[in-house]
Parts: sequence; C-alpha cells; structure tokens
Amino acid sequence: MSNTLGFRTKRMPEPRLIFEQSNKGRIGCNVPVADTPEVNLAAILGETRSDLNLPEIGELELLRHFTRLSHINYGIETGFYPLGSCTMKYNPKINEKTAGLPGFANLHPMQPVATIPGALEILVGVQDMLKEITGFDEITLQPLAGAHGEMTCLMLIKAYFESRGEGKQRHVVLVPDSAHGTNPASAARCGYDVKPIPTTEEGNTDMEALAAALDGSVAALMLTNPSTLGLFEPNIEKICEMVHAAGGQVFCDGANMNAMVGTTRPGDHGFDCMHLNLHKTFSTPHGGGGPGCGAIGLKSHLEPFLPGPVIRHEGETVIADSDRPQSIGRVSGFYGQFLMEVRAYTYLRAYGKQKMADISRFSVLNANYVRARLKEVLPPAHDRPCMHECILTAEKYKKENGIRALDISKRLIDYGFHPPTNYFPLIVPECFMIEPTETETKETLDEFCDALIEICREAVETPDLLHDAPSTQIVGRLDETLAVKNLNVRWLPTSV
Amino acid sequence: MPYIPHTESDVSEMLATIGASSIDELFREIPEKLRVKPGALNLPDALDEPRLMAHLWSISKKNVNMADVTCFLGAGIYDRYIPASVGAVISRGEFLTAYTPYQPEASQGYLQAIYEFQTMVAELYGMDLANASMYDGATSMAEAAIMSTSIKHREKVTISEAVHPHYRQVLATYCWSMGIEIETLPAVSGGLTDLSANSEGTSCIIIQYPNFFGGIEDLAAAREAADKAGALLVVVADPVACALLKPPGAFGADIVVGEGQPMGVAMGLGGPVVGLFTCKKEFIRQIPGRIVGRTKEAHGDKPGYVMTLRTREQDIRREKATSNICTNEALMALAATVYMIALGKNGMRKVATSTVQNTQYAIQKLTEAGATLHYSSKVFGEFVLSLPKDPAVVRDALLKRGILAGLPLGEFYPELADSILVAVTELRTKEEIETYASALKEVLA
Ligand SMILES: Cc1ncc(COP(=O)(O)O)c(C=O)c1O
Repeated sequence: MSNTLGFRTKRMPEPRLIFEQSNKGRIGCNVPVADTPEVNLAAILGETRSDLNLPEIGELELLRHFTRLSHINYGIETGFYPLGSCTMKYNPKINEKTAGLPGFANLHPMQPVATIPGALEILVGVQDMLKEITGFDEITLQPLAGAHGEMTCLMLIKAYFESRGEGKQRHVVLVPDSAHGTNPASAARCGYDVKPIPTTEEGNTDMEALAAALDGSVAALMLTNPSTLGLFEPNIEKICEMVHAAGGQVFCDGANMNAMVGTTRPGDHGFDCMHLNLHKTFSTPHGGGGPGCGAIGLKSHLEPFLPGPVIRHEGETVIADSDRPQSIGRVSGFYGQFLMEVRAYTYLRAYGKQKMADISRFSVLNANYVRARLKEVLPPAHDRPCMHECILTAEKYKKENGIRALDISKRLIDYGFHPPTNYFPLIVPECFMIEPTETETKETLDEFCDALIEICREAVETPDLLHDAPSTQIVGRLDETLAVKNLNVRWLPTSV
Repeated sequence: MPYIPHTESDVSEMLATIGASSIDELFREIPEKLRVKPGALNLPDALDEPRLMAHLWSISKKNVNMADVTCFLGAGIYDRYIPASVGAVISRGEFLTAYTPYQPEASQGYLQAIYEFQTMVAELYGMDLANASMYDGATSMAEAAIMSTSIKHREKVTISEAVHPHYRQVLATYCWSMGIEIETLPAVSGGLTDLSANSEGTSCIIIQYPNFFGGIEDLAAAREAADKAGALLVVVADPVACALLKPPGAFGADIVVGEGQPMGVAMGLGGPVVGLFTCKKEFIRQIPGRIVGRTKEAHGDKPGYVMTLRTREQDIRREKATSNICTNEALMALAATVYMIALGKNGMRKVATSTVQNTQYAIQKLTEAGATLHYSSKVFGEFVLSLPKDPAVVRDALLKRGILAGLPLGEFYPELADSILVAVTELRTKEEIETYASALKEVLA
C-alpha cells in the first residue's frame, strides 16, 4: 500500500500552527530599510496601531513549516487525481517558466498600453487560438474563473435582450437538473429566475420538458456539453434550434471542453456563448482551489456588449479598446488572469495544429478504458460510450453492504490515490465521476482500477476497513458537523 | 508529445479492453457533420520545448517591465518586495497542482495554511473573521455590496467617488445585472469623501482606506454616517497600510475587503491577484466563498481542518447560494500567507513605515521640482500632484528617462485632468526619488 506522505517519521511532531511557533524578535525576511530621512509617524498619520499580532518566525523555520504542510497535501505531482469535472491533467513545467519571465510577471496593469505590446500579443494569441478551437467569433479573457465566465455570458445575454426591448419579459433561465451548482447560482447573480429541466433515463436533455418550458419568458438555456454525466448530447443541434425558435439564447458550460478539443467545436453546435476553464482544459494549475482562468466565447451578435477593455487586432497592431458604448462594463479589476494566459498560450503552442486533437482523443480513450475495466464492480450509470469522464454507481454496495460511495473514496486514499468526485451530478445515486485525463499512463490507470476492484471486494468482505478509512493519513475522517457547530475559523491565543 | 504518454501498444490493448476498433469509434455519438478531422484546425505549428521558450522570451522582451524602469505607479497594484521564500513555497507541486480541498484527509496541508491565512487577514483588518479568498479586490468589493443588500433587504448601495474607478466600474456591472441602485458620494474637491449627504435607504456605505488618492479617510465619521442611514459600513482597505494605521475593524466596520496583491503576489499585469474578504462574526452565514474551519476527528481527538458552512455555497444551495463563486485564488492566498509570516509583525510594520517615509520625501522633492500637492489630507503611500504641463506628456517624457511617473487622472476624473497619482513603496530609494525629481524639473522646464 503506498503512502502519500512525504518524509515523515513516527517521531516527527504533528504540524503545529505557525502561531504556536512564534518567538519574539525573529523575522523571516531581510526587509528593505528606507534610506530617506526619518519622519514623525504620529504627525503624518495621526493615531497608529501597535497591537498587530502576526507571528515572528525565522526563514528556515518558515520553510520547514510549509514543507511539512506540503507533505500532508496531495497534488497531481503526488499521484493520480481522477477528480471528475476538474480535468486534473499534468501542468507542464515550462508553463511555469514562461509565466515567470520578468517581461510578463513584472508588468503593472495601469502602465501605458503602448508599453505592453508583448502582453497584448499573448492575449490576442490566446483569443485567436481559442476562437479556432471553439468555433466562436469572439473571445474575452476578462473573467477570472469558470463561474465568473458563466455570469459574464449571462450578462451579455441580458444586455442583448435589453437592447432589443425584451429585457423585462425574458426573466427565466433554464438549467438542467444535472448542471453544476455554479450555473443556477450565476443565473441568480444576474437577477434571473431559475427553472430546472429534467434529464431522461438515457442521460439526455428531456426534449418534451424543454419544449414545454420554452416560452417568451425564457432568456437562456444553460447546457453543459458533454454533460456532467460524461455524455455527448446527441440532440444538441435540435435543442439550440428549439431555444432560438422561442427567441432564447443557448449558453454552453464548457468545463468539459477537454472532450472536444480539436475534435468538435461548440460554436458549430449552435451555442451562442460558452465559458471555458483554462485551469482545466488548457492546463493552468489549480493551485489548491485557484486561481481559475475563465475565458468566454461568443457569437458576433453578442459582441457589442463585451466587457471592456476589448483586446483586438486593428490593422497590423493589437489595441485595448475601451470605447464601447454598449459594453456591460468591467467584470474584473484589470486584464483578467494574465499570467495564467501566458501559461495557456505556452500550452497551446506546444500542441499546435498537429497535436491539438490528441487532447480530446486520449482523454476519451482513458475514460472509456477505466469505464471498461471497472464495469463489473462499479457499473456505468448509462450504457453508452462516455466522453472524457465516466459516471459509475456504487448503489449496490449501499443496498447490500451499507457502504457508501464516500467510504470507497476514503479507502482509495489509503491506496495512495486521490478519490474521484462523489455525489455530483446529484441525479445519479452513489455516484462516482472519474476523469482520468489524457496525461495518465495505462499503468497508472491499471493500478487505480486494480485498487478500486480490491476495495469493492473489501466492501463485501471486510466493510469495516472502509468505514474507518482513511487510516494512513495525518488525520482520520473529520467531524464536519462539529466544525459547523463549534465554528472556529481563526486562531486566537485562547482558541486551541 | 511528452504530455501524452501512450505507446501504440497501449492504445491497441486499451481499445481491445474497451471493445472498440479505433479511437474515432468512441466519438460516434457526435454527429458526423459536427466533427473536424484531427489536425484540420487553422492553428500555428507545434513548437518543441527550446523553440517554445525562445518564442515566449522574445514576446516578453517587447514589454517594458518594472525592472527596466523605476516604478512610481500604484493605483491598487503595488511594486513591493516579494521574499524569495514565497516563490519557493507556492511552486511546490503539492500546493501548485492540488484541486480544492474537497477531501480534507488528503489536503490538511493546504487547509491549515488557509486557516492561518484567514487568521492573519482578519488580524490585519482588525475584523472577527476572513474567508478563504475571492477573485480580486474589485469583485470582492462587489460581493460585499451585494451581501449588504441581502442583509439589509434594501436595493441600494452608496459608494465614495474616491474608491478605485475600476472597482466602481465592476460594482456598476454587478449592480446593473441584479437591479441594485448605486449612489455616489463626492470626494474630488477635497480629496476625502464628503459624508454629509443623507444616505437613507441604502444598504451600505463603501469607502476606501487609504482612498484612491492616497488620502486617509475618517472612518469614525463614515461609521456615524452609516449608522445614521441604518446601513453597513464597508471598507476597501490596503492590507499593508493596515499594519500601521488603526485598522477598519477598530472603527466598527461591518465588512472589510481588499486587494491582497501587495503581500507577496507578482503584479503580473494585474492577474492573478487575490481578493480579501472579512466581516463581523454575526454575518458569517451571509459571507460569499469558502471558509476553512478547525474541527476534530470523528473517531479520535486529533485536530484537523475542513471547509465549513458549506450550505452557503453554490454546489449545495444552487440558485439560493450567497454567491456563485467556486474556484477562488488559493495559491495567491498561500503567497500572502507566506508573506505575512516571513515579515511578521515587525517586518510588516517596517515596510509600512518605510513607505510613509519614502512618500514624504517624494512629496517634498517633487513639489520642489515644480509640481503642486493637490490635496492637503493625510496620506499613506500615494498622493495626487498637479502639473503645469499635460500629465500624459510628462509621463511619456519621464518614461523615456526610465521613470514610470504615475497615473494621469484625467481619464477617470475630468476635474483632475492636470493631475497625476504617484505611489512610493518601501522599494524606492532616496536616489531614485531624487532622480525622479530632477527629471521632472527638466521636463517641466
Ligand atoms: C461543470 C462545471 N461548471 C462550472 C464550474 C465552475 O468553474 P470554477 O470553479 O472555475 O468557477 C465547474 C468547476 O468547478 C464545473 O465542473
């Protein structure tokens, strides 16, 4: 059984909070000292504070603290990370190197645009490549993550309808019951009423229910394709036609773009706009929960409403255009996640024309392989080829052995793997959502499948092993109810 | 392609297990006419690693970066020193390549670091608690405004004109889409917010500290004005300034937000940066975004950390969530955590003090060189200068001399068309300030 921890021995102390390691007079950085004349602070600022309570730690102790913490944290570089819907692919090292170049990292967002032609070249370069890959007319990189991109798309739709005098009338957004939580939350953020649309037994959009819901009040349908069930929506063209016939717009949740890169283009499917998660499909690292990087694509009828500034070609040069009377305005402070765009640019140029489609082809191959290898122990929720991720169900272990999907996942940690996504989408009972991505070897997939098969045997023969899992980590299963009941969200000298 | 490890025999064995004859067959549910042939897209050619590096390097060289010039530009993003330890920690693969800590047992390292982050951010702002981060300062402020409207059940927010213009633009976008009205308090004439207006019916008063012009606002007066209107007080605060100034929490602010970039995050053309979000304890259930809490093992006594109060969030509450935010800025929050620890209480105070000292020297030298200090208010690290010549012309002339002089304000405030906003951090030296002053004198002559 592999152990995901770094160098730890039994005698090593438990990681203490940094505040408990503080010692008066220590400092962890050679702070620059001003060589300008000293001033009387009170005269200049009025009352100042002297009560600031931050820790005092030496530089080596600081590094040891975080190295120890890193040893109790799992990343893609630790091992296989098949978290469904998250596209945990390899984050190439060269991307870190290019994003760290001083000519990128050391730019101020308010410096004159004339001094950043290279930055504009990167931004427009990413936009141009994403236009070609998605089939949309325009791309903006201003949104800062996926949910922010969803929200921006809905704002474009809202502005579009307002410009046509239909703003008030179209107040409903349709969201399938399988959708990610950010979809309805983003719709609410734009003042829309959310109406759910059911999914059929086969895992497709319920066409009858959709037809019944489509009337003059509908502003948009938010559709994830491939869906969160890992399935390509075969009726996609028909769906877009129906919504358009009713005067509505169709938004594509593009978190699952990995299945389509170089193989099929959502812009050709009939969508009006979509968001992309560059921190999934285009390899920018997730950083333990962020930064994200949320580009959006759109058809030309939505272009007048783009958030400013719009980075675009003008003749031979690239400009940052803020003179846009119909713009929805800014959605973020500056130019978006610029250093993430440098990483995405580097990644896109590494694949290029020749190899771009390999991303979707091998991610779909890997997912179908895992699905095939596990089908006896964890049956697929649908009897169809999957796209970049497979959705399996552990329902029988719950019924027959009192073992939930979560127990199986926790046991996987003991085997040295990060668990897949559980309990999403909400409509599949005891759901496993496994997304291997294209960057994993067959050997890794085999080890993972072997482990899951073994765990499913344990679920029947020695279920207690699963109830108690994980047992190899720094902590056992944690009490989340207690965390809510006795809220403790910051350290205080007396709180521990 | 090194990122895709499949050999030919892997592919044939895998297809055999699947029971498919080709990879193409796996895409059979996509209608034929919607498919493109591999390699058919009009994209640039693939580049090998050395060529890729050279290509990116040559693009980067086209930009003027802050190592080529001396930076006196601030306006929300600051050229501060980043300790070497920050880069060492945030580039560790265990942190850099992790997802959101949905599996706490395998993510204790990150969860503990974020708990430490929350503690120190709350401490700097003098507030009860902080969340695990927001996208950036501007969206963090917009979220605070929206949170105020849902706490107060009022459809109006009030904001000072002396709040960063980009932040106000983002607020305008968010409020338009939710049907929230915005009222603006004047500030341009005196450099500090005029709080005398009656803001009745508003859910919050939003003020920046120090404000966009560098001025130190009277938060006690702002608290009074908010109380009079029965509204919340929302403060957008510079965390570094709060190491020295009396923090907003000490004035009774309800929500304090800000941009964490000055604490260890590269300027990077403004992204990724990190939004800070703190509030009073009583509002914790309305807070947007993730929060890390300390708990214990279910079947043991060891302490551990989890994401908590999850029922506020979009994946559980869907359209009724407090916000749509999911992915945040964890890695930048980690950078700020390392920064706050590396500097500690004495280092942060030193950085803030050096900023004040350098700023005062710059005010003296630049006014001697022919510029006029536009406002008489107390300032921390930034100030407005009026120039006898067109500020954009002056800026461009100084840029040729290797000095990024500041931000001409006419674009944002027509009344300040003759003025420039100058920032001076702890990194500027006596010599650099003197060079700026003598160059300015030449340019103005
Ligand atoms: C299907 C889907 N849509 C939207 C999102 C939201 O993206 P983000 O977390 O970047 O806001 C996610 C990921 O979390 C997702 O899996």
